[in-house]
Amino acid sequence: MRILPRRVFLMTEPATTKITVRGCNIALIRGGAGRPLLFLHAGGGAGWLPFMADLAARHDVIVPEHPGFGGSDTPDWLDNIQDLARFYLDFLDQLDLRNVDLVGSSLGGWIAAELAVRNTQRLNSLTLIGSAGIHVPGVPQVDTFLLSDEQLIRNLFDDPKRIEAMIAEAKRPELEDVILKNRTTTAKLVWQPRSYDPHLHKWLRRIDVPAHLIWGANDKLFPRDYAFAFQKLIPGSGVTIIPDSGHLPHIEQRQAFVTALEGFLEKKRAAA
Amino acid sequence: MKFFNFHLMPYRHADLDAIEKNGSAWVTYSNRDYDPKKGAELYHEYLDQMELADRLGFDGVCLNEHHQTAYGMMPTPGPLAGALTRSVKKAKIAILGRALPLVNNPLVIAEEYAMLDNLSRGRIIAGFVRGIGAEYHAMGINPGFSQERFSEAHDLIIRAWTEPGPFQYAGKHYHFNYVNPWPRPYQMPHPPVWIPSQGSSSTIKWAAQMRYTYAQTLSPIAVVARMFQMYRDEAEKAGYQASPDQLAWSNTIYVAETDEKAMREARPHLEALVNTFLKMPTEMLLPPGYTNIESLKRIRAAKITGKPQTLDDLVRNGVVIVGSPNTVREKLAEYQDLAGFNTSLTKTQFGTLPDDMTRANMHAIAEEILPHFRNRLPQGKKQAAAE
Repeated sequence: MRILPRRVFLMTEPATTKITVRGCNIALIRGGAGRPLLFLHAGGGAGWLPFMADLAARHDVIVPEHPGFGGSDTPDWLDNIQDLARFYLDFLDQLDLRNVDLVGSSLGGWIAAELAVRNTQRLNSLTLIGSAGIHVPGVPQVDTFLLSDEQLIRNLFDDPKRIEAMIAEAKRPELEDVILKNRTTTAKLVWQPRSYDPHLHKWLRRIDVPAHLIWGANDKLFPRDYAFAFQKLIPGSGVTIIPDSGHLPHIEQRQAFVTALEGFLEKKRAAA
Repeated sequence: MKFFNFHLMPYRHADLDAIEKNGSAWVTYSNRDYDPKKGAELYHEYLDQMELADRLGFDGVCLNEHHQTAYGMMPTPGPLAGALTRSVKKAKIAILGRALPLVNNPLVIAEEYAMLDNLSRGRIIAGFVRGIGAEYHAMGINPGFSQERFSEAHDLIIRAWTEPGPFQYAGKHYHFNYVNPWPRPYQMPHPPVWIPSQGSSSTIKWAAQMRYTYAQTLSPIAVVARMFQMYRDEAEKAGYQASPDQLAWSNTIYVAETDEKAMREARPHLEALVNTFLKMPTEMLLPPGYTNIESLKRIRAAKITGKPQTLDDLVRNGVVIVGSPNTVREKLAEYQDLAGFNTSLTKTQFGTLPDDMTRANMHAIAEEILPHFRNRLPQGKKQAAAE
C-alpha cells in the first residue's frame, strides 16, 4: 500500500508561494490534497482561514491573492472584474487544473461568475458566497465606502462577540498598508456601477456546471434576495441560507458552511 | 496684487442642526431641505454681489463646482458665468474650476469654456480640478480613475482648443471620431488655465511644468508658503523662474471698524463654513483611489476631518484674515511676503453671512485694502516682477 495519500491527507498545513502568471506575480496559498478547489477571496483580501483547513482534508485548496491585493502585484492592465476573470482563465491554464470546484466570496464570487460565463471547461462546479455581480432592484444595501473601519465590521458580521473581536483585530497598525491596498483595488473594481456588471445577468444562463449559492441569512451587503436572483439566472442552481450569519458565512458559521459545501459537492459527485 | 471675489454660493438658509445630525452637508444631506424660493433669491443675491465686486474694482470674480451639497449651489457653474459675462463689465470671470473627471464627455467643457470666452470677449479663466472626494460618491465616478481621467480630459480639451479640427481622439477613457468644437476660444491660444488644489505635490509639479497658475485652497499660511515654494522649485527644475502672478492664495477676508467688531461679526458665519458646511467623514472626503495610499495614510493618521475649529484658530493659523483695516493690511502684506503670491482669491461672503454684511465687507475691502495693494509685489524674496 502507498503511504503517500495518508500522509497528504494529514498534511493540511498550507504553503505560501509566489507564482507568475503572464508576467504578473501573485501570492498563492495552497494546502491539502484531493480534487482542486479554487477559492477566490472577497475585497478584504486573502488568508488561510479555518474553513479552508476543514476543506483541505478532502481537497487541494488553492487560494490565490488577486492581482492588486496584499502581496500580489498591481499590474497596469487591472481595471475591472472582467480583467480578473480572464486572468484566472490564464491561471487555470498555467496550473493545468482540471475538474476544479470554483468557490468565490463577494467580489471573488463576481470574478468566479464572470469566469464561468466565459469558459467552464476546467470547472467541476461553481459556488458563490454572498456574491456581487448583479443588481436586484429595490433591495437596500449598505454603502461600504461611506463606513468607517469599525462600522464596516459591524455591517459585515452578525454575531456581536465576533464583531468586537474583529474590531480589535482590525486596529493592528501593521495591517494598514494591506487594508488600504485592498480597499483601493476593490474600489477601482466595483465603484461604478456599484458592485455589478449590468450585462452579466444576460449571460449567467451559459453556466453549465452544477452551481450552488451559499448566503448568510443576515447579509447586509448583498442581502439574501441576491441568492434567489442568482438562482433564477443560473440554470439548475441551488440555494443554502446559513442562519446567524452576515456577509461571510464561511467565516462566521464555518461548520454549517463546510457542511453545505461538502454536501453539495458530494451530491453532484454521486449524480455524476 | 490682484483681488478676485471668490464665491462659494452656499445655501446659507440650510438648517445647521440638520446638517450636524446628518454628519455632513454633502451627498447624504437630503435636498428636501432645499427651498427653491429661497434658493432663487440666493442666486440673485450672489450674482448681484459679483456685479458689485466688478463695480468696486475687484480684478475678477470666481465661481466653482461642487455637487449635491448645501456647501455650494454651483453643480454647474456655466449658467452663472454666462449671466455674468453680460453684467460684469471689466473683471475677469474665473471658474475654479470645472471638475474634469466627473464628466463622461470632456468636450462639453471645452465647448462651454469657449462659449464663455467668446461671450466675455476674452475674460474667462479656465480652472481645471478633479473635484473633492465627496464628488465621486455623489456623481458615481470611480475615484480609482480620477487621475487618469483628469489627465486625459485636460489633454483633450487643450488639443480641442489649439489644433484645427476635425481630428480623431482615441484615449483610454474618452473616444471621439470628430473633435471639432465650434466656437473656438476667444483668447489665443486658449483661456489661461488655473489649477486649484489642496496641495498635492504631483499637482503642484505638473502645474509648474505647464506654467499654469496654481491656487492653494483653504490652508494655513505656513502651508500655503510651503506649497508656493514647491511650485517655484519645480518651475526652476523646469527651466524658468515662476512669477508671483502664477500663485494665487484662496482666502477669506472680513473687515470692520475694529478687530473686536470684525471678529464678533464674522465668527458664527465663518465657523458655520468650516465646521458645518465643510464637515464630512474621512470616508466621504477621501474615497479609496482618490489619493495614493501614502497620502491616505498620512491623512488618516492626522485625523484632519471632523475637528471643530474656532475663528481664533483660523485667524491664528492664517487661514483667514479678520480685523480692522489696519490689521488686515498688515497681515495681508506679511502673508504676501511670506508666501510670494500676487493674487488673492477672497471670499467676501462665507457660510451664513447675510447680504448686508457681505456688501459692507466688500465695500470696506475695496476702499481700505485694495488701493494699498494695487501695485504691491511680494517683497524680501527673489520673486520675478509681474509680467
